[in-house]
Amino acid sequence: MSVIYIARGTKLAGRKLKGQMVIMTARDSVLSCLNELGTAIWDAADGLTPLEEIVERKVCAEYHVDRTVALKDAEEFVQDLASDGILIVSDQPIATSAHGNKTGLNQSAQSIEARPEERP
Amino acid sequence: MSTSSLMQELGQSALDAGLPLSVQLDVTYRCNERCVHCYLDHDDHGEMTTAEIKDVLDQIAEAGVFFLTLSGGEVLMRMDFFEIVEHARALLFDVKIKTNAFMIREKEADRIRDLGVRSVQVSIYSHRPEVHDAITKLPGSLRRSIAGIRLLQSRGVKVTIANVLMRQNLSDYAGVKELARELGAEYTIDPTVTPMMDGNRSIVSLGIGGSDLRQVFRNPDLVGNVDSFCAPPPPMDDDVLDETPCSAGHTSCYISPYGELFPCVQFPLPSGNVRTQKFIDIWRNSTQLNDVRSIRARDLPVCSTCSHVGTCTRCPGLAYMEGNMRGPSTQDCEKSFARTGIASANMILKASLRAMPGLVQIAGLQQ
Repeated sequence: MSVIYIARGTKLAGRKLKGQMVIMTARDSVLSCLNELGTAIWDAADGLTPLEEIVERKVCAEYHVDRTVALKDAEEFVQDLASDGILIVSDQPIATSAHGNKTGLNQSAQSIEARPEERP
Repeated sequence: MSTSSLMQELGQSALDAGLPLSVQLDVTYRCNERCVHCYLDHDDHGEMTTAEIKDVLDQIAEAGVFFLTLSGGEVLMRMDFFEIVEHARALLFDVKIKTNAFMIREKEADRIRDLGVRSVQVSIYSHRPEVHDAITKLPGSLRRSIAGIRLLQSRGVKVTIANVLMRQNLSDYAGVKELARELGAEYTIDPTVTPMMDGNRSIVSLGIGGSDLRQVFRNPDLVGNVDSFCAPPPPMDDDVLDETPCSAGHTSCYISPYGELFPCVQFPLPSGNVRTQKFIDIWRNSTQLNDVRSIRARDLPVCSTCSHVGTCTRCPGLAYMEGNMRGPSTQDCEKSFARTGIASANMILKASLRAMPGLVQIAGLQQ
């Protein structure tokens, strides 16, 4: 399996309220609320850290869950968020601005096609 | 969970935690239009600088504010407007802009799209230039505003056309709604003309009332299900009397270009100034905001006895501008009456006082 990198989408608003990330997309005005785990993945989505490492560091270490199961769930989760424009998913590192937005420096990076599953 | 139910949950959660969720920040009162019904004066009395506004944005983001409306005046009268928006978006605010779109050309439309502004609201008063331009007192304003809307729409920016209804444009709302449809914009209508922020109520007479309001409220194209919209109020229950009037001061507030903080743009109760105080200190400790927050429907001397109390759109800010934030808002009494044909407690009280002129002064002293 190839390495997956994730960065925060550019056309969205977000605020962490009581430890949970609330996100509004500009494209379709859909409001989403990430749970604690989802918020941890969002916080770590710097475009440079592989998803596998994020899962090991933020999910397995803190929540004591099986690595294989956690990674599979995380892959589905990030692809689902990518389909809504909340995350950018790529098989190459994603250059971001100081504020976490994609700068376009790596426009050769191909986004992984989002799967059609419903967000958990 | 749907966006609307999640939004409701978010609002309730913010209310329970005492968090500010929404702020309207007017970046200037200067404007290139001179709308006949505008509640502002358009002189610059010392607007906040770019640095001051950025600092306010930092503070309100830290406080938890998510929804940010940037308005004016005309926002594009500020040369640093896009610097402000850029800062706001870097702080991940959900940004809505209110503008007349007159100054939106390709470059501005590109910037608004690129900055991820979620929506832009543009006031359009009529589909006919002679009516719209007579209200804005700016020749060519309808043509330019429509051109601005087209540029935004062509870039995928969501636009809402806001149509304030007055006697001057009463016959044109269907035309404006059709214009919105043709442009691919959303359409909202508002039959409320707000008194000026200094308390001058002369412009209120520009608004519609009586039979005109009744006609508007019985148009299914505007209100949806007329029978439901105009239904008599349900019997009052105790839960209704424990409700808060609206989000003003509870989860939202308004900041003027001079740093003054008010519960709402339509509720000019001075509650602090972010130029001299930290936002969070005002939010938590302002005597005025805490007074506003303490009010429940049962505390309203006239409205708590009114059959409309559970369904009325009573605006505490309009009541404040009438002299008492715990009193009725006559404009909303008129709306409740126009919808249902049932007089409000305030209307009945006023009628009875008119019948007994000797008691008018005594009743006035009681307020």
